[in-house]
Amino acid sequence: MTTPRLELIGISKQYPAVKANDNVSLKVAPGEIHALLGENGAGKSTLMKIVFGAVQPDEGEIRIDGKTVQIRNPHEARALGIAMVFQHFSLFDTLTAAENVWLGLDTGESLAEVTERIRKKAAVYGLDVDPTRPVHSLSVGERQRVEIVRALLSDPKVLILDEPTSVLTPQAVQRLFNTLRQLSQEGCSILYISHKLDEIRELCHHCTVLRGGRVTGEVDPRSESNASLSRLMIGSEPPQLVHREAKLGGVALELKDLSLPPDSAYGVALKHVSLQLRAGEVLGIAGVSGNGQQELLAALSGEDLRASAGSIRLFGTDIARAGPTKRRALGLNFVPEERLGRGAVPMQSLAANTLLTRREPLRALGWIDVKATHALATKLIERFNVKAGGSGAAAKSLSGGNLQKFIVGREIDAAPKVLIVAQPTWGVDVGAAAQIRGELLALRDAGCAVLVISEELEELFELSDRMVVIAGGRLSPSVPAREATIERIGQWMAGLFDDGAGGNAAAQPKETAHAQA
Amino acid sequence: MLKLESRAAPSGAMALASPLIALAVTVVIGVLLFVLLGKDPLLGLRMFFVEPVKSGYAWSEIAVKAVPLVLIALGLSLCFRANVWNIGAEGQYILGAIFAGGIAMQATPDSPRAIVIVILVAGIVGGMGWAAITALLRDRFNANEILVSLMLVYVAEMVLSYLVYGPWRDPQGFNFPQTVTFAKPTQVPRLFAGLRVNIGVIVALVAVVGMTIFLFRLFRGMQAQVGGLAPMAARYGGFSSRSSLWTALLTSGGLAGLAGALEATGPLGQLTPYVPVGYGFAAIIVAFVGRLNPLGIVFSAVLMSMFYIGGELAQSRMQLPKSITGVFQGLLLFSLLASDTLILYRLRWVAARRSPVKTTPARAAT
Repeated sequence: MTTPRLELIGISKQYPAVKANDNVSLKVAPGEIHALLGENGAGKSTLMKIVFGAVQPDEGEIRIDGKTVQIRNPHEARALGIAMVFQHFSLFDTLTAAENVWLGLDTGESLAEVTERIRKKAAVYGLDVDPTRPVHSLSVGERQRVEIVRALLSDPKVLILDEPTSVLTPQAVQRLFNTLRQLSQEGCSILYISHKLDEIRELCHHCTVLRGGRVTGEVDPRSESNASLSRLMIGSEPPQLVHREAKLGGVALELKDLSLPPDSAYGVALKHVSLQLRAGEVLGIAGVSGNGQQELLAALSGEDLRASAGSIRLFGTDIARAGPTKRRALGLNFVPEERLGRGAVPMQSLAANTLLTRREPLRALGWIDVKATHALATKLIERFNVKAGGSGAAAKSLSGGNLQKFIVGREIDAAPKVLIVAQPTWGVDVGAAAQIRGELLALRDAGCAVLVISEELEELFELSDRMVVIAGGRLSPSVPAREATIERIGQWMAGLFDDGAGGNAAAQPKETAHAQA
Repeated sequence: MLKLESRAAPSGAMALASPLIALAVTVVIGVLLFVLLGKDPLLGLRMFFVEPVKSGYAWSEIAVKAVPLVLIALGLSLCFRANVWNIGAEGQYILGAIFAGGIAMQATPDSPRAIVIVILVAGIVGGMGWAAITALLRDRFNANEILVSLMLVYVAEMVLSYLVYGPWRDPQGFNFPQTVTFAKPTQVPRLFAGLRVNIGVIVALVAVVGMTIFLFRLFRGMQAQVGGLAPMAARYGGFSSRSSLWTALLTSGGLAGLAGALEATGPLGQLTPYVPVGYGFAAIIVAFVGRLNPLGIVFSAVLMSMFYIGGELAQSRMQLPKSITGVFQGLLLFSLLASDTLILYRLRWVAARRSPVKTTPARAAT
């Protein structure tokens, strides 16, 4: 056997509360795409941070090309040819993509040279990146491409990717896979962290499964089934969703010819968006990130109040100019894409965080009944099976999946008539995702109108009764989910549809470029 | 070698211990300073930490200084929690004193005692009005509140000077820049005969309770803090950032103005160009040393008052310059900011590790 490119032997890491890695070993051959599969909190990220030098192991050994190395910081990791694309991006909002990359380099190149190298590298691997745009104007998907190009600039021998596909269209996922296969053929070893079974089976040569910090399996994913991988990962098979026949009610939420100019230089304008959402159905909005989702959501939630009068109606009431509090009072609740910092205040307790959208714990004159906030938080923790250190735990101490369960739970528990959810299961593990989807369907069966905006098509197909696509700030016609095909939705995501508003795909080169990325 | 390691969670114990560590560091540096100046360090420490608290009279003096500090720092704690950087409490304090003085000057020996209430309310209005300028400019034109509030301090000083050198000068004052001495009924009632401590102490303690309730029990207070901690979450929650801005600045301006009014009609009894003595700036230190917590602010205000009195004593008894007070205040804030690092990080002794296997440079860049 050839010398493994990367070998981990008996890695252990103890955190104050939890043993993140317990005697983990794995080997990655040159050019191998090696999956690291596990639920959130299984220790995948810690293990990769150890390889990348961001965290020091308590025990164990790392070998690169057969030589034992100590990786004390990411700088040394890069010197050894290890590059990583994190799930949470480390980019400065106020700088351009190129400046961000430039900052992280110590090669003494000029900004112009770096910009040129980014363009070239992006072209080689088919990654659509405009290096001169400031990061704050980029969507999540675009930021990820910046991170990937940044990682590739150093021509790494080992590339680590943490949940890379959660923000991509099916076509874009395929493109990413082609990029990764190309890299693998050039001899670059890839560590691919994910909990998406289909992807791992399609892409990876080898798979190490982690559960509770320990290795629970080492398999060839190509010869496994989703069920067998899932058993290794969570110890059981994921629950199946029950999709009952929709019992449609009246129109709950109506958008009529909603147009909004962009609110920042690189924002997306909403163009003549019209849709009807009826009680008792789930309407899914698909689309590549950065095509107007953020703008549409802000207009729907009341965070952006520029919509013209009459363009947004809730049960016939014009709410275009009503703020979030008023809209909630009328029965419209909203789960934002960003959990920490928007859906929840990171430093405050879960109990205090109930007050962000719930008013039940308030008494006369705005007096906060602290006991009631704790009671409400405790109720949410129990009902939605949130793993947290009690109602007094700070929001930021929760894992992404558990915080999402808490936030979605907080809005569902408010018994809304219309619920708008953005990226309901972004970065959430299989068990939690299934639970959140189940709760959304239960809400729909109870007669609530549910609007889901997601970049994960699989999820939309699973949840929705009807689907529409947003591209370049325009909304496609709707199609029953049963009749929708991946190909058709994918085409629509590229802006190739007639929205009846005079929009012409040929005149929208920007969206086409996006969808190809 | 010593190494800073980030903690898994911010240390609650360290958040409380940090001010004490800072105090200890301040004392150590203070001792060094005394030695370098050729003074007896023990005597120096006595001036700062024993003399100011050794008698009822001494405590009364501490209270006189601590009351304005507590009032101003309470308002600042709300501002800072709401991410509104009001650096101009000194100016709001001066305007409070001017408004209060303006009313007090009209009083005669026959005025009713209730005029004190009018005076204090006038002080609050003055401080609020001055802070409202900052709020308005920030709200309407997005002007930086740090600069605006700070610059307004100097404007306020000029306004005060204009008044006491000009229209408000006491005709019988031998041309000194000062107003008439306010009539007896305007004087803030004292608590004990013979001691300068007055009902300002009670006002301040009520304010402490009020601010505690506002910050931790009222929705309005929570909204303001969410605006500071996570502006996007505040928007999502539907909390108005404008309303937080105005609430924070008006409250803090009002409290600073109240402090100015209490000072003008309490210990001072007239307006002079020397009304501002830096309480507005010292209160920034008080607020942070007190962890932006109302109860903590009481303790840190007492400590800061000891520095004030200690500095005066060191001047008269040890022939040290009075600016030693400012040195101590600065040292305290400086060491506090340094020890606050330990809330998020811990110090660990790490044996110098053997150097890693020589790292091979990355493959040549294309």
